[in-house]
Amino acid sequence: MWQLKDKSLESIEVPSKKYKNSTYPNKDISTSVKRVDSEEKIGGTAKYLGDYKFDNMLYAKTLRSPKAHAKIKSITIPDLPDGYYIVDKNDVPGKNAVKIIFDDMPYFADEYVNYIGDPLLLVVGKDKEKILNIMESIQVEYEELDGIFTIDEALSGKKKPIFNNDNVFIKYNFSKGSLCETFSKAHKIIEGEYDTGYQEHIYLEPQGMIGVYENDKVSVYGSMQCPYYVKNALKQGLGFDDEHIQVIQTTTGGAFGGKEEYPSLIAGHAAFATLKCGKPVQLIFDRDEDVEFTTKRHPSKIKIKAAISEEWKIEAMDIDIILDGGAYIGLSGVILQRAMFACTGAYNIENINVKGRVVATNNVVSGAYRGFGAPQAYFALEMFINKIAREFNVTPLAVKKRNFIKQGDPTCTGGTFKDPVPIPKLINKIEEVSGYSEKVKEYKDKKYKGIGMSVFYHGCGFTGSAEKDVIKAIVKLRKYKDDNVEILISNVEMGQGTTTTLRKIAAYALNINIEDVIYENPDTDRVPDSGPTVASRTIMIVGKLIQDAAEEMKDKWNSSESFEVTVQYKHPEGYCWDNEKLHGDAYNAYAWGANVVEVEVNPITYEVDVIGIWTAFDIGKAIDEKIVYGQIDGGMIQGIGYGSIEVMNSQGGRLKQRTITDYIIPTAMDFPKVNRELVDNPYKLGPHGAKGVGETSFIGAPVAFAAAVENAINKPIEKIPVTPEYIMEVLEND
Amino acid sequence: MIKEIRFVLNDKKVSVEIDTLTRLLDVMRNEFHCLGVKEGCGEGECGACSILLDGKLVNSCIIPIGQVEDSVIVTIEGLKKTERYKVLQKAFQDAGAVQCGFCTPGMIMAAESLLSHNPKPSEEDIRVGISGNLCRCTGYAMIVEAVKLASIRGEGLW
Repeated sequence: MWQLKDKSLESIEVPSKKYKNSTYPNKDISTSVKRVDSEEKIGGTAKYLGDYKFDNMLYAKTLRSPKAHAKIKSITIPDLPDGYYIVDKNDVPGKNAVKIIFDDMPYFADEYVNYIGDPLLLVVGKDKEKILNIMESIQVEYEELDGIFTIDEALSGKKKPIFNNDNVFIKYNFSKGSLCETFSKAHKIIEGEYDTGYQEHIYLEPQGMIGVYENDKVSVYGSMQCPYYVKNALKQGLGFDDEHIQVIQTTTGGAFGGKEEYPSLIAGHAAFATLKCGKPVQLIFDRDEDVEFTTKRHPSKIKIKAAISEEWKIEAMDIDIILDGGAYIGLSGVILQRAMFACTGAYNIENINVKGRVVATNNVVSGAYRGFGAPQAYFALEMFINKIAREFNVTPLAVKKRNFIKQGDPTCTGGTFKDPVPIPKLINKIEEVSGYSEKVKEYKDKKYKGIGMSVFYHGCGFTGSAEKDVIKAIVKLRKYKDDNVEILISNVEMGQGTTTTLRKIAAYALNINIEDVIYENPDTDRVPDSGPTVASRTIMIVGKLIQDAAEEMKDKWNSSESFEVTVQYKHPEGYCWDNEKLHGDAYNAYAWGANVVEVEVNPITYEVDVIGIWTAFDIGKAIDEKIVYGQIDGGMIQGIGYGSIEVMNSQGGRLKQRTITDYIIPTAMDFPKVNRELVDNPYKLGPHGAKGVGETSFIGAPVAFAAAVENAINKPIEKIPVTPEYIMEVLEND
Repeated sequence: MIKEIRFVLNDKKVSVEIDTLTRLLDVMRNEFHCLGVKEGCGEGECGACSILLDGKLVNSCIIPIGQVEDSVIVTIEGLKKTERYKVLQKAFQDAGAVQCGFCTPGMIMAAESLLSHNPKPSEEDIRVGISGNLCRCTGYAMIVEAVKLASIRGEGLW
């Protein structure tokens, strides 16, 4: 069992109530303050979607396809009692397509259903039991069609394609240098193939929306990350204009990407329902419904082939990434891109070819999840590094050190690592706290004890030029006569601390108390579009705009006046990106990390005990130390969960783990405390130097765990999650 | 079956006439406006609906109201009125133990239950004590610290 140290708590700093920058010790914004939303959340008075009650509110439940791939032949609705309604494709006044990027996902299935769970219609009414009875008596006749359920089936050509003629939703490719020549002259060629499985977010608050139709206007309340994504989707689905649609985020109980694009679908459902019934309609998912039918992390299959020199320098790397997109494209293209831009990781490789494809299957739709393709890429890459180490009989760290990126080196897409690359500092720090290399030596002869390391970057903000070309974030600050200042943005608090950190940034710049900064849950009637709460962009991009606006406001400050300052994102000079060729600076800023996980494998049950978790991160600057540490704690545990116990397999389109009972996430007893070190490396364009931590804190964890297990059992691990069953399989198949 | 069920809720004698199979969670939320009792799963797995039933920590989503006749129930709404809650609240705030907050009331109930039975828990005791409460945001460490802090600061209260 891992060591439980009864650490003294004397070092916990009691945060002060009011902070102006003049009262921050050493004027350091990193000093933690009491989270603004903590009191109401602790006391149970914070209002989540399920806590809202509207007069005459009705409930809605979704009738879904039990078939993975079928043609709908007929739907027979029984006579409905008064006050009960069916809402289906005929009740979509606008376009029956959820605006995500492409328009392939319908709000309600039209002719075909493409995955188990594909929504057909809603039953709406006052009594939940009556709704369930009505649902049971609806008869749907299907003509079942053959389905595609795995990446192999999608690409084998043996089954009838379900998308275009090759089942490939989207593909990209980029390369640099000369692969062919390098491979032909290579000292050694090594190949590896790696698989990752599904992951479900299990935000503690299930998905939910309430639609209210009043005075020709549809208002949708809900748990979400991106109010304007939802509004734009509603515009398309309702065919209404801006003035007649309102989206209000309600206090959100966790999201992790699962409430990035998926809410647009159910917001539409709630909107169509309220429009039809003329009453407020609440649509909240049951947990098992949420587990089985909402978007999941993309399963992946990644093949790597590399040419390695005599001194284990990686001279060329050919990477083939395949993601299982599920039944609809959604955000798969962007996720694929991030996976592709991460796939050479912390290593400077001169000759690269990266090919990426998202395949269509009749599985549950894959979508946004913290890390967004990078965890899958890093699993393959870092395990492949370990393979190189084995082939050359050197340590993994030796291979890493031979190939690490330095400041000024080119990125895999031909951009440049312009800023300092803190890898040596991270390695020193992580060695100091974990004793990694000593343990590697020690565990060489110790069967079943192992230690693994991952080193990686996270490209902060949107991939490529989206910030400049698509989002064009606008931030507004409003000063009231009483000297309170309101932050008007569309970004949300979802647990990651923005309600506190963004207030801190504004308060610090204005030299006012945090208590005097207002920041409500965004309402699209009141706030401009500052972009979605995704991609670890909120503090770095939106926080910076808030800081800029606050500084401008301070210059114009007049105590008795009320006025507004509006600022818009301006793309910094010197960062160029070609979105067609996928060439240039894919990201403006990189956060860096090193993670070490130590494990002990039980030789009889093959269960894995995590003995220790150590992290060293460069996230630029902590706007609030405790909040950053909280993100690191949460990200690492969620990441190790993905690498170890979060098993979600699909067979014939049906998830085998489809309830919170069967899909296991970490409890307080599963993993020990995370050791966290922060390394100083401020980003000059971030507020106080801050970059992104939300995903940086997750992406290296799964592979650090897998590498530790591989180190312990001394046999290659080629897929996650690394379950006891898989370990047994690996050990017994010699 | 509709029946009148009488019990004590947060120090008050109450009664409700309702189908005896109605989930205690729904009675708490819909009949008594105890919205701090959350539905996270409805399967008895996540602990967001945790309340104290006759001194025991239970998942109210899997308890039928018929079962609580003559019982004593405490929800976060009731606990809030105590000195012990004030200590727990401050400890959770100081330790940074709250992120999205959805698991938090349940965690507070679990902490109250643990400390009532074991006022000086070790870290392992705490991790066992909150093992029935899932949290997806914090990785648990700061929650564990918060409970430890509360046990130290609240010496004599439990």
